[in-house]
Amino acid sequence: MRHGRIDLSHGAGGRATAQLIDEIFRPAFDNPYLDQANDQAAFDVPAGRMVMSTDAYVISPLFFPGGDIGSLAVHGTINDIAMSGGRPLHLAASYIIEEGFPLIELQRIANSMGRASRAASVAVITGDTKVVERGKGDGVFISTTGIGIVPPGIALSGDRARPGDRIILSGCIGDHGVAIMSLRNNLGFDTELLSDSAALHGLVAEMVHAAGTSLRLMRDPTRGGLAATLNEIAQQSGLGMVLEERAIPVRGEVAAACELLGLDPLTVANEGKLVAVVAPEEADHLLRVMQAHPLGREAALIGTIIADDQFFVQITTSFGGSRIVDWLAGEQLPRIC
Amino acid sequence: MKHIDEYRDGNLARSIAAVIAQEAATDRQYRFMEFCGGHTHAISRYGIEDLLPNNVQMVHGPGCPVCVLPIGRIDDAIRLAMRPEVILCTYADLMRVPASAGRTLLKARAAGADIRMVYSTLDAISIAEAEPGREVVFFAIGFETTTPPTARAIRLARRKNLANFSIFCNHVLTPPAIRAILDTPDLEGAGRVRVDGFVGPAHVSTVIGTVPYTGLAETYRKPVVVAGFEPLDMMQAILMLVRQINQGRHEVENQYIRAVTAQGNLIAQREMAEIFALRSSFEWRGLGELPLSALRLRDDYADLDAERRFLIETVPAADNPACECGEILRGIKKPAQCKLFGTLCSPDTPMGSCMVSPEGACAAHWSYGRFRDSAKAGAERALV
Repeated sequence: MRHGRIDLSHGAGGRATAQLIDEIFRPAFDNPYLDQANDQAAFDVPAGRMVMSTDAYVISPLFFPGGDIGSLAVHGTINDIAMSGGRPLHLAASYIIEEGFPLIELQRIANSMGRASRAASVAVITGDTKVVERGKGDGVFISTTGIGIVPPGIALSGDRARPGDRIILSGCIGDHGVAIMSLRNNLGFDTELLSDSAALHGLVAEMVHAAGTSLRLMRDPTRGGLAATLNEIAQQSGLGMVLEERAIPVRGEVAAACELLGLDPLTVANEGKLVAVVAPEEADHLLRVMQAHPLGREAALIGTIIADDQFFVQITTSFGGSRIVDWLAGEQLPRIC
Repeated sequence: MKHIDEYRDGNLARSIAAVIAQEAATDRQYRFMEFCGGHTHAISRYGIEDLLPNNVQMVHGPGCPVCVLPIGRIDDAIRLAMRPEVILCTYADLMRVPASAGRTLLKARAAGADIRMVYSTLDAISIAEAEPGREVVFFAIGFETTTPPTARAIRLARRKNLANFSIFCNHVLTPPAIRAILDTPDLEGAGRVRVDGFVGPAHVSTVIGTVPYTGLAETYRKPVVVAGFEPLDMMQAILMLVRQINQGRHEVENQYIRAVTAQGNLIAQREMAEIFALRSSFEWRGLGELPLSALRLRDDYADLDAERRFLIETVPAADNPACECGEILRGIKKPAQCKLFGTLCSPDTPMGSCMVSPEGACAAHWSYGRFRDSAKAGAERALV
């Protein structure tokens, strides 16, 4: 294991594949569903509405401050499920591994994935492994699918914002994107910043409990940053919004790195933040509930939904002027998640 | 952020705005051109126009390096990049600039060209050292700000005897462009674009100093205030311009004293002079052929000149006839006055270069300011 590398036989479905699963994946994910060693996992379904989501992870580098592709593949898909207001139940994972990839690193990734899923109490109950020839992949790609259950009466959706609703952000933006950028070899700057990669379903459960049907929608601002997420909500709801720049929490390190690289923190990726739109009368209560949760300590009210037939996301700058917050054009940096 | 937030202080901005409003004579219009794309971006990014009285207007200038590069030169770069032996190193801004027939460097890369986005000329040197079997060409563009780093790379390549490194030089100079603006007839044929004064370049001036603008200010009787790129710098510079106009002065003043001196950076100037020579003429997008407005490598450095190494003969190519980048770069039209703006042309599908770079007037207006157009249209509708 210490010096071993993935070869094509690990993906051929024969003894080597079985050995790989037995030695790396099953101990890492460690749950009774996997122990049954079937091609699928069978489980009982609680009554109610189910939610399902899938995501592929191609991040480069595979290991970054605050996480790695394994933990990210758990957090990202759990968060997509959680943004429905739902409780995530199970995950499935597919690994596409490049020939020559060191087994020790694969084990590190699988163990990290296992730790993240145990911490979240959402097990990886089925999976698949494929090996591609050297040069046809970049180390490891992981795809995860999650399912969850939505509490009765909760129907969050991007088109449910109403004029007057308040917008809450769960914490500082840009940490993940800047942490990744700091590792890219042609940028090369040092930072102690960690990715914010985290599973948000615990925070979400408290928010749903506190705000109930006053909670209109939630979304996690990943690729494209807060700017993309708010524009999506504006488009889906057919409304505009006005933000207050000074209310949006940004860490000093992130602001400084963005300044250096000519980026806007609003367009930089996050992996452990959410945006919630809530009826105005519940906004302060929901904010306090969020601030009492470890993943929402820096939560802030950042703006208000308004009627606007052009669906503009406007922001009042700290300087005192106005502008719009637009989608990011083109690609800021490839393979950030 | 220390040393940044101080220059973005909203309270100070409001107090300068109050003084501008007080001192700007209500019976006249003040039209100032910010030459640099960095200033254009700051105006839109911070909403500076919201702080100015209605009779003080900003006109966007041509100081966006990506915007003024003519299509023919991008065509050259794409042809270079398509050669199998070449690795073309470029700043990321250039990747999406439209060339002839809708081509871009981005599309060339998808078609197999080896194009690397770099943050520094020294990255290109490192690539040349790492890949001795390939020809590494650095696509050098920009005003006097980016020229010294190119000069530094050329000296380094010479010292390291790098045989597989060369520069595709497109560096241009600021003063000839300002002169061209002032010599351009405007739409009404009244002689010139009506500009009462200039917010002078920030970073360019750290290199060339303020002296090169003196002749322009005197000849054309227009005040120039060199300003930093922070929003408070802009506010202060605008106030200084209003005061010069009110007092009938047309001097070169320096607001950006924390970085700019009268003489500029003499070491950078010496290095540039040693390596570059003036071209007799160079085409600018929007401004046409301008004499003595751009640089090429001196004959001593011919071996590092991609134009000579690859025998590049630039073929001039016409812009999309509906694209108004030319008028917009000269300050004659505003972005929203172009028929393509927001219809066929947006940052996702740019037709002209002004929509590509974040420093371009169209991109800045699209990304930050276009809600004003509909607000204005809405107000007009309401009046009818």
